[in-house]
Amino acid sequence: FSPVLLNSSQQTSHYNPIVIGSRGKSASSERTCEPSTRTLQPIVTGTGVLGLKYKDGVMLAADTLGSYGSLARYREVKRLSKISDTTLIGGSGDLSDFDNVVKYVREMSIYDNAHDDGCKMTPKDVHQYLGRVMYNRRNKFDPLWNEVVVAGFRDGKPFLGVVDLIGTMYEDDAVATSFGNYICLPLLRKASTELSKEDAKKVMEDCLRVLFYRNCRSSTKIQIATVSAEGVEISDPYELSTYWGYEGFKHTEYHGQKGH
Amino acid sequence: DAEIPTGGFTFDLCKRNAWLEANDSSGSIIKKAKKTGTTIAGIVFKDGIVLGADTRATEGPIVADKNCQKIHYLAPNIFCCGAGTSADCENVTEMISSSLTLHRLNTGRECRVVTAVTMLSQYLFRYQGHVGAALIVGGVDCTGPSLFTVYPHGSVDQLPFVTMGSGSLAAMAVFEAGYQDALEKDAAMNLVRAAITSGIVNDLGSGSNVDIAVITTGNTEFFRNIDKADPKYKSKNPLKYAPGTTAFFKEQISKIKITVTEGEAMDD
Repeated sequence: FSPVLLNSSQQTSHYNPIVIGSRGKSASSERTCEPSTRTLQPIVTGTGVLGLKYKDGVMLAADTLGSYGSLARYREVKRLSKISDTTLIGGSGDLSDFDNVVKYVREMSIYDNAHDDGCKMTPKDVHQYLGRVMYNRRNKFDPLWNEVVVAGFRDGKPFLGVVDLIGTMYEDDAVATSFGNYICLPLLRKASTELSKEDAKKVMEDCLRVLFYRNCRSSTKIQIATVSAEGVEISDPYELSTYWGYEGFKHTEYHGQKGH
Repeated sequence: DAEIPTGGFTFDLCKRNAWLEANDSSGSIIKKAKKTGTTIAGIVFKDGIVLGADTRATEGPIVADKNCQKIHYLAPNIFCCGAGTSADCENVTEMISSSLTLHRLNTGRECRVVTAVTMLSQYLFRYQGHVGAALIVGGVDCTGPSLFTVYPHGSVDQLPFVTMGSGSLAAMAVFEAGYQDALEKDAAMNLVRAAITSGIVNDLGSGSNVDIAVITTGNTEFFRNIDKADPKYKSKNPLKYAPGTTAFFKEQISKIKITVTEGEAMDD
């Protein structure tokens, strides 16, 4: 993802027309030529989040790594968050922006509760709201640099959707963000959407394992979360097993002797 | 005075090429290379090698060939899948195949896979990545089955399962999830078919049918179009109507009289 962003050297002069009439910290910092407060590039990042509908609800899975470029810096970052009893979100991309995303959505949820009018925000409402927020920020050239998965279960109907940093919104039975799109989505699409919770968990673990094998920026410490009629359940982070013992990999020296 | 020996790489034409690239916007001098945008895969199983490939050749966003053949012959016991620029894959493999035939005649022995791989990697390195051929070379020789990938810049990897091309991640996901040591032939074939199908379904640069080649000691089987793509539409021509669809009152059958004015009459 690289939407066209001006680098800091060009910012001040080009943005004057937009600065007049817009409010906010980023605008005022430009007027006074302070350092930029827009997200120009993601700094501490999370990799793919996977989502799959199963028989009784929706399951999300993600690893718990916060990468600082190529450094595996924060080993236990919780990237799956409960919003309400019917909604769960998971985020990849810049983790500080994801904290803000969660803050916005929780604020909406609190206002919604405070109305106390007997009707609550649906998972689809959360999805739409996030989509509008992300698109609005992209138009101001100040994106929240995330790909967010929204999962929910309400009135017996599962919901699974994705919103990304430029405001793209879509729903599907199986979703993945970031690198998971290339590695895990082919496997998730092959799995049925009517699996039991244990089978779905196994599919998610297999996908995260393959993601760890082939993605430089992922780890084996993972979390699985489900949202179903019983509400939202987020597991504690746990280690995933990996297998390195295949015979075929023992003699891969091209320039040396084959060990027969 | 002694002449400075010319050897090694000559980069005389690089400046000209860079100028052409910058100034040839119409594409009349530098033709756009036809790329394969591919899913190719190979796996080592108990008795040998299974190679698989899709059959779509793309020219940017257009499908240039719906049923091209990406599994190339190198020797009776060595086959090669190619991804990257079509022309480069085709010509490099034919050239090396010829060299291997001469080598076989010279030595009187069956070719080894490492011979083919060495020839390919040395050639590709000499051209510093400009020959855009990314190859999966697999075969069975006197030392057993072996599987290699050769990259356009000339590097080589020897591995038990490999994928290349734009659909390689989708295919590799299937391999990582399903690979076991010492697979049986049917299991290996099904795994490769599933991997190529995953590339065809999930990658836009791959499509159409699946080709498979199975190489074992002394025997090579090539399954062209083992899995066909869903046809987009079934042609309704010619329409077949069952006799009696149209009701009729009267039937009159008469023989048409033909008078031959020129040439000889046909036998009835």
